[in-house]
Order: sequence, then structure tokens, then C-alpha cells
Amino acid sequence: MAILNGKKVVIIGDRDGIPGPAIEECVKTAGAEVVFSSTECFV
Amino acid sequence: MSGYAVIKGASYTLAITPDMVLHNGTTQTTEMVVNPDSEYLKELPNHLRSYEEAVAYMPNQVFIGNRTSEELGAVEFPWYDKPVENAQREGRFGDIMPQDEFLGLLQICDVFDLVVLEKEFAAGVQAKLRNNKVISDEMVAILDKNKDDSETIKKLVEEEHSEPLYNNNVLVGAVKRAHDVDVNLSAHVMLENLVSKASSVYSLLHLIKVTGVNPAEVDYVIDCCEEACGDMNQRGGGNFAKAAAEVAGLVNATGSDTRGFCAGPAHALLSAASLVKAGTFKTVVVTAGGCTAKLGMNGKDHVKKGMPILEDAVAGFSVLISADDGVNPQIRTDIVGRHTVGTGSAPQNVISSLVTESLDRVGMKITDIDKFSPEMQNPDITKPAGAGDVPEANFKMIAALGVKRGEIERAGINDFIKKHGLTGWAPTQGHIPSGVPYLGQMRDEMLAGKTNTAMIIGKGSLFLGRMTNLFDGASFVVQANDKKGANGEDAGFDESKVKSMIGEAMRAFAEGLLNQ
Amino acid sequence: MDLENQKRVKEIAEENGPENVVVILGAAEGEAAGLAAETVTAGDPTYAGPLAGVQLGLGVYHICESEIKDEVDADVYDEQISMMEMVLDVDDIASEMSSIREQFCKYM
Repeated sequence: MAILNGKKVVIIGDRDGIPGPAIEECVKTAGAEVVFSSTECFV
Repeated sequence: MSGYAVIKGASYTLAITPDMVLHNGTTQTTEMVVNPDSEYLKELPNHLRSYEEAVAYMPNQVFIGNRTSEELGAVEFPWYDKPVENAQREGRFGDIMPQDEFLGLLQICDVFDLVVLEKEFAAGVQAKLRNNKVISDEMVAILDKNKDDSETIKKLVEEEHSEPLYNNNVLVGAVKRAHDVDVNLSAHVMLENLVSKASSVYSLLHLIKVTGVNPAEVDYVIDCCEEACGDMNQRGGGNFAKAAAEVAGLVNATGSDTRGFCAGPAHALLSAASLVKAGTFKTVVVTAGGCTAKLGMNGKDHVKKGMPILEDAVAGFSVLISADDGVNPQIRTDIVGRHTVGTGSAPQNVISSLVTESLDRVGMKITDIDKFSPEMQNPDITKPAGAGDVPEANFKMIAALGVKRGEIERAGINDFIKKHGLTGWAPTQGHIPSGVPYLGQMRDEMLAGKTNTAMIIGKGSLFLGRMTNLFDGASFVVQANDKKGANGEDAGFDESKVKSMIGEAMRAFAEGLLNQ
Repeated sequence: MDLENQKRVKEIAEENGPENVVVILGAAEGEAAGLAAETVTAGDPTYAGPLAGVQLGLGVYHICESEIKDEVDADVYDEQISMMEMVLDVDDIASEMSSIREQFCKYM
């Protein structure tokens, strides 16, 4: 059963890892609905 | 044709402020609100370092120029338990100031009588400041006005909304609010802004000492810290630059503030270099103070792991940019990288926009840059906090891009990092580690012929301000002086050359007429 | 995890039903990933935010985990993420994530 397809997705991105918008582009292609996306910065 | 702007020197200063960690660092102030009885707040005071320990901390010695990044890289982690023997507070590029002197400097930088110091504490600080080589007698005399005892100070804090100032856990002063109603002039804001101003001023005073520049020769100052000063009608009106220039005695300068989160310094240096290259100004200084908010930022992880608090210093830096003198490193304003509105946030696009797009335009490869200086945060601080080794991650990203472009072998990533990277050392003071900490060491290396090209990269998390989701960054290449550019007198030089060419032409014409 | 983000995660889980919500992380390190994953499953371990003591048990993955990579369009993944596979310690991140999910996820 697909993890992302048809799900509401919350994205917690990381400025030094993968930022929110990049994750969003990816999960959209898997059929997820992005309901919230944020990028955190720790430094 | 004018040459490139050059970097004539840089200064780096630290003020060790352990009491401000507890009372002003936002990790701690937030905890006081959401979890006032937490173990963390009880444990924290036991993890604060002494001034001497902070001076002997090797990354701090690298910051002020007494050690190099390479020497630091040869030391095994962790670094906090390996003090530098016979460490000096004075460095090649600056100084490490103790908290009591810094509180004195805070008052020196305050022109609205907002900073109040307990009279005996103030007298003690004056005595110490008299020995400080960059603090003048006039500055020390400002502290004469302190007449209050600790009862009065306590009253200011408890009854008049003032921010307390502590030294070794003792209440020694206060910062008053500048307005009864305007929150932008609250004591909290005034304290933060005065700390930024004071740390910028200290680095300016050291820039003058380090470079020997005549303060009256500075035409323009650009401040690039991340604070805002203003009032309720203009919350970020600004001009920390001019405020600091005034205290530092730069009588012929005006200035302005450039903001770009952590990319601020890169943007400011680009502006400064461009102003000089265009001939608008001859001598420009870029400066920035540090902040209290980030003190102890990663404290929870440090305390949990039994480490000392390493984020106990307010940093400052200043850079002197002037016209091409045929000697100092040149800022290649024609090799500039930008993260643009259209770049996007994919790490690959971010690094390309900052590193390879500008190199491609001039036919250079990633490996043509001897040293990259992106974000130079001290890994001794960030690794135990789960934030990794930021400089190394940046070098890995640059190398990974090189692999994707076929310029570097995948197996060569680690060698690339060793050869073209640097071990991080800068305190986690936001904009401070962003590209600029390397400038002092870089200049030394370039003058010695050890390094030829470097790329300074600044990156900023604009989304934190909630005005845009965009990231940001700017970069530029610096090179050892190629001795091709004209010097500062190039206008005069060209003029006389042109005059002599006209003279020649007229003589030839006249001869021609005579011969007819 | 940022306190504001914790608040949003909590709200979204309540509004949509936790079994319908999946959290995707982009953390740079295994430790940071584990911390964020624990926050949205077992509760904020630092007791600082709205998810302190709140066990949402949400499905949570890191974008670099193979289970997620497999579901994403390959070209888009290559464009957005692939370079970071050479930078991040994906194995370390994946092992932290699996461990948290095993212990605390309620909806798998």
C-alpha cells in the first residue's frame, strides 16, 4: 500500500538537508496532497 | 581603467558574555516561558565557562588570528577540553574582551543615557578599560557618570521595565527602555541593539589598529548584522553603520545598513567592492556586530551531553576595502554568484547558482578555486547538537556538484574537501560565520603566495522572516593581486597619459602643417 | 522541532485524522531526523512545544529513504534530491527513522 498516494502530507524540511519546496516537488509526483510545508534552520 | 577593489585587512573580535547566555539567549528565555522549572535551566549555570577558558578555546584563537584553520583541523574532536597553552586575548586580527569591559563598552556606545552601571562596578571597569589599547581616555571618562548603587539598579529592573545586566551572577547594571509605550524602544530591544553596536564598534576600533588606516580616510561604512533599530513609526529605519562609525571616530564617513539574514556580509562586501571599483568612494568598511539572542542556542544539547556552553561570545568583524593598490587581494566583481528568485530550493540549484554559474561564465572550473569559504560554523558546537559539520557539508555539496559535472571523481570527494575546504571555527552568531571569517587568514595566505583564488559564499534563510519562502545567497571570487590594475590615482594617471597623447598628436599635426 | 511547526502538525492531525497524515522530513543528520520523527510520534522529547507529551503516532519518513524515493517520479527526484545523496549519510538517517517508526508509529 502506497505511503504517499492520497495522503495529506506535512513537510518539515531542513535548510542544510532537503528544504521544504524540494520535498514538495517530489511528494506531489507520488500523489500526495501537501497541506503544510516548512523549512527549518538550525544555524 | 580602474582595477578591482582590494581587501586591505579584516578584524575579528569576541566579547565573552556568560551572564547574557542565561538572561538573553532565546533558547533560555523561551525555556523560562514554556518550562520555567526545567532541569536545563537549573543545570545551565554549572556549564558556563570562565573568561580564561573561553580565551584558551582554540576556535576562538583561530577567530582572532592567533591560530589557523589548518592547525585547528589537526586537533581531534572535541576541542573544548583541549585549551591552547599560554593563550592570549589579543590576536593578529582582534581581541577577546571579558564581560565587564563589554558592559563598559555598552555604556560608551549609549548616547541616550539608557545604560546604567552600579558605581563601584563602573569604577572597576574603568580601571580595566584604561589598559585596553583601543579604548581612548575620552571613552573611559564616559563611565564617570555612574552614581547609582545596586538598590537603585534593582528598582529600575523591578519597577521600571529595565533589562538587567549581570556579571558573575551579580546585578551590576541595567538598560532602560527608551520609550514608555513604543515596544520597538523597549529595554529588551535597546539592549540587543546596543550589544550589536558595541561589538561592531569594537571590531572597527581593532580594524583601525590592525590595518593602520587613518580613520579620517574612511568614506563609507556598511553594517550587515541581522538586527533592526528604529521606532514604532519606522521599525527598521536603521543605520547601525553610522552609529558605530561615530564612536569609532570615522569622521568623514557616512553609511547605511545592508540586510540579508546570514548572507548579509556577502551582499555588503559586494556593494563595498562595487562602490570602490566604480570610484564612488575610495575607502569603504563593512562591519557587523553580534547578537545576544543566539547565545547558548544549542545549549540544551551541550548541557545534556555534559559539555560546557560554547556559545558564550558576542562576535564582531570589520573589513577594509579600498582601491586597487597592486598588493592586496582583489575582489573579482566579475565573478559573482547569486541565488535568484528563479533559482529554486533544490540543493543542486542552490549550489550551482552560487558556485558554478559564475565560474562557467569565465571559463573556470570548481577545482580552479583554491579555497572555498562558505559557512564556517564551529563543528565543536554544531555536531553535538545534531546539526552536523556545516562547513564540511558545504564542501561536500560543492564536491557533489563537481561530481555531477564530471569535474571531480566520486572517489575524490574527500581529497577535494581536504584540499579546497577549511575546518570551521566561527561562533554560531548567524551572519558572522557566513563567508567572512576566512578573509583575514586568506589575505595572509595570498600575500605569502600560498593561496591564489578563494570563493566567499554567503547563504541566508530568508523564510525565517515570513516574507518569502525563498532562500538566498551571494558569492564572489577573491584573487591574489594580479598587479594589472591601476592604483587609486588611476584617474590622475589616465588624465596625464591622455594629455600627453593629445600633446603628441598636436605636435605631429603641427609638424605636418609646418611641412606643407 | 520549531514550536510553530509542532502546533501546525498537531492541528493538521486533528483536522484530518492522524491515519490520513504523513510527515516527510528533510533533516541533514540522523540525530536531527530522529528527534523530529520522535516529536510527531511519541511527543516532543525536549518538552518545549505543543507536542510535549502528545503521542500523535503519525507515519513519518525522510525524503531520502528508499520507500519514499521509490514512490517519487525518478526525474523529479534526480533534479531535486540526488546530489544530496552524496552529502547526507542516508544509511544513518534511514536507520534512525526505522527505529522511531518501529517504536512509536501507530498507523503503518
